[in-house]
Amino acid sequence: MHDSKTPGKATRSKASPLLQAWKKQAIGYSFISPWLIGFLCFVIGPMIASLYLSFTHYDILSSPTWAGWDNYVRMFTSDPRLMTSLKVTFLFVFLSVPLKLAFALFVAVLFNRNRRGVGLYRTIYYIPSIIGGSVAVAVMWRQLFGRNGAVNDILSFFHIEGMNWVGSPDTALSTLILLVVWQFGAPMLIFLAGLKQIPLELYESASVDGAGAARKFFRITLPMLTPVIFFNLVMQTINGFMTFTQSFIITEGGPLDRTLFYAVYMYEKAFAHFDMGYASALAWFLLLIIGFFTALIFKSSSSWVYYESDGGK
Amino acid sequence: MARQNTFLYHLFVILFGVIMIYPIIWMMASSLKPNTAIFTEASSLLASPVKWDNYAIGWRGFGNVGFDTFFLNSAFVTVLVVIGTLLSSTTVAFGFARLQFRLKTFFFVCLMVSMMIPMQVTMIPQYILFDGLNWINSYKPLIVPAFFGGGPFFIFLIIQFIRGIPRELDEAATIDGCSTYGIFARIILPLCKPALVTASIFAFMWTWDDFLGPLIYLNDTALYTVSLGLRMFSDPAAVTDWGAMFAMATLSLLPQLLVFLFFQKFLVQGIATTGIKG
Repeated sequence: MHDSKTPGKATRSKASPLLQAWKKQAIGYSFISPWLIGFLCFVIGPMIASLYLSFTHYDILSSPTWAGWDNYVRMFTSDPRLMTSLKVTFLFVFLSVPLKLAFALFVAVLFNRNRRGVGLYRTIYYIPSIIGGSVAVAVMWRQLFGRNGAVNDILSFFHIEGMNWVGSPDTALSTLILLVVWQFGAPMLIFLAGLKQIPLELYESASVDGAGAARKFFRITLPMLTPVIFFNLVMQTINGFMTFTQSFIITEGGPLDRTLFYAVYMYEKAFAHFDMGYASALAWFLLLIIGFFTALIFKSSSSWVYYESDGGK
Repeated sequence: MARQNTFLYHLFVILFGVIMIYPIIWMMASSLKPNTAIFTEASSLLASPVKWDNYAIGWRGFGNVGFDTFFLNSAFVTVLVVIGTLLSSTTVAFGFARLQFRLKTFFFVCLMVSMMIPMQVTMIPQYILFDGLNWINSYKPLIVPAFFGGGPFFIFLIIQFIRGIPRELDEAATIDGCSTYGIFARIILPLCKPALVTASIFAFMWTWDDFLGPLIYLNDTALYTVSLGLRMFSDPAAVTDWGAMFAMATLSLLPQLLVFLFFQKFLVQGIATTGIKG
């Protein structure tokens, strides 16, 4: 330790201020360098490369050839499967995200009280979210909702005719939505943290004014939670657009492309057909879609998200 | 009235909880059922007779690659990713939280933005890059990025934690002649332990059940991680032994479930304070 600090001291006393300032920069950059290198090589570099590739035809084996706007034109004029995939993905995101958040909020409100057993309940309700993205759960879901699965067995107990939920075009997407909604754990925990921040005095004074439970929920809880709802909405929307494993394993995009999520279609183009130029264009379009919806949520937030510091109170 | 309310509350939460947990218990029960019972008593949570054999059969895998190989592969990748994540994210977080340098704000914004970039956008050129480096069909594409600040979430998590450590500690150490590296290694790092535990757990959870990464980069069956092995094992066209498949599915979840049950506190805090997903 003594050895390492002596040179440092020597520079401090002798070196010019310029050298000292330079040294400070060097130390700072040396600490962030792992991230900086990774950011340049694995994020920014690839992003620029993929923007370039999206204007080429490229199959990895031969070098890319310039294609101009070909890929983008093809996307919107001669790719009906992409249109199906967009429709499916939007439907999935617009149904699963609000449902998931509603469930998460409902359960968070249930757990936001000092009742005995709440800790244990929270653990149990959270378990599906821990393992939800895994192949094992996807495989299990496929069997659970299959022709001879447990769901049909339970339904037959109530004398309801079962069906192949995963294999039928009308129900396949709903089965996947259910799987995603089942994993409401992360937003639930974030809602719980948000609920704990709401000052109790607000509820007390509302009680004094004679407000009922429903009124308290809509007039206090919901407005005070809007920043958290906003955060969850952004994160879940982004995640929703990137959903891959569930569709890839459970329905393989089928039946009749009814669960062909955007990420699955992109994977197919890139790694099954090695149509890298076109897949890059798809990737950039996905970034645009996500960017658009994120911006939309941010833009709209000023009219529905309540920040105390805005002088609202 | 209050007592009745409490009763109804618990009744509702427990009933709903049973529905929540049923699929997982069902999978575990099915992993012990004989093949015929899996379809004839599909919804039952009882396996009789209990067929432990499913685990032995499943473990053997197929061809000459067994699940012991898949588990070892997953463990190898996961351990290295966790180490890489801890090493790189602590140093980088210290740089952002405590040091002054030019363009710091700009790079911090880059860090925050990179959290929002979907991996699908970088996936294709990354693949081309790793292909050019001859890294395909090896673990390098899965592991190396972790050593270069691969998880901006972890950096952010640790930055937030370091910001909570009083600066007076650094100042006192500087007066005592401690260098910047000394402050990092002797003061900040030991105090960061809770954040490091949280980061390790998340890195473990995400790497263990990662599917898309291994799917793209690994071709040899002998290199497969558990999720790839399980996917091959459960191919609807090829499955003959459903009990064994459920057994391996159950086994593949066990590490995550155990880590969750033991380190739950850290996970819950991590999600609640930074909003990262579980």
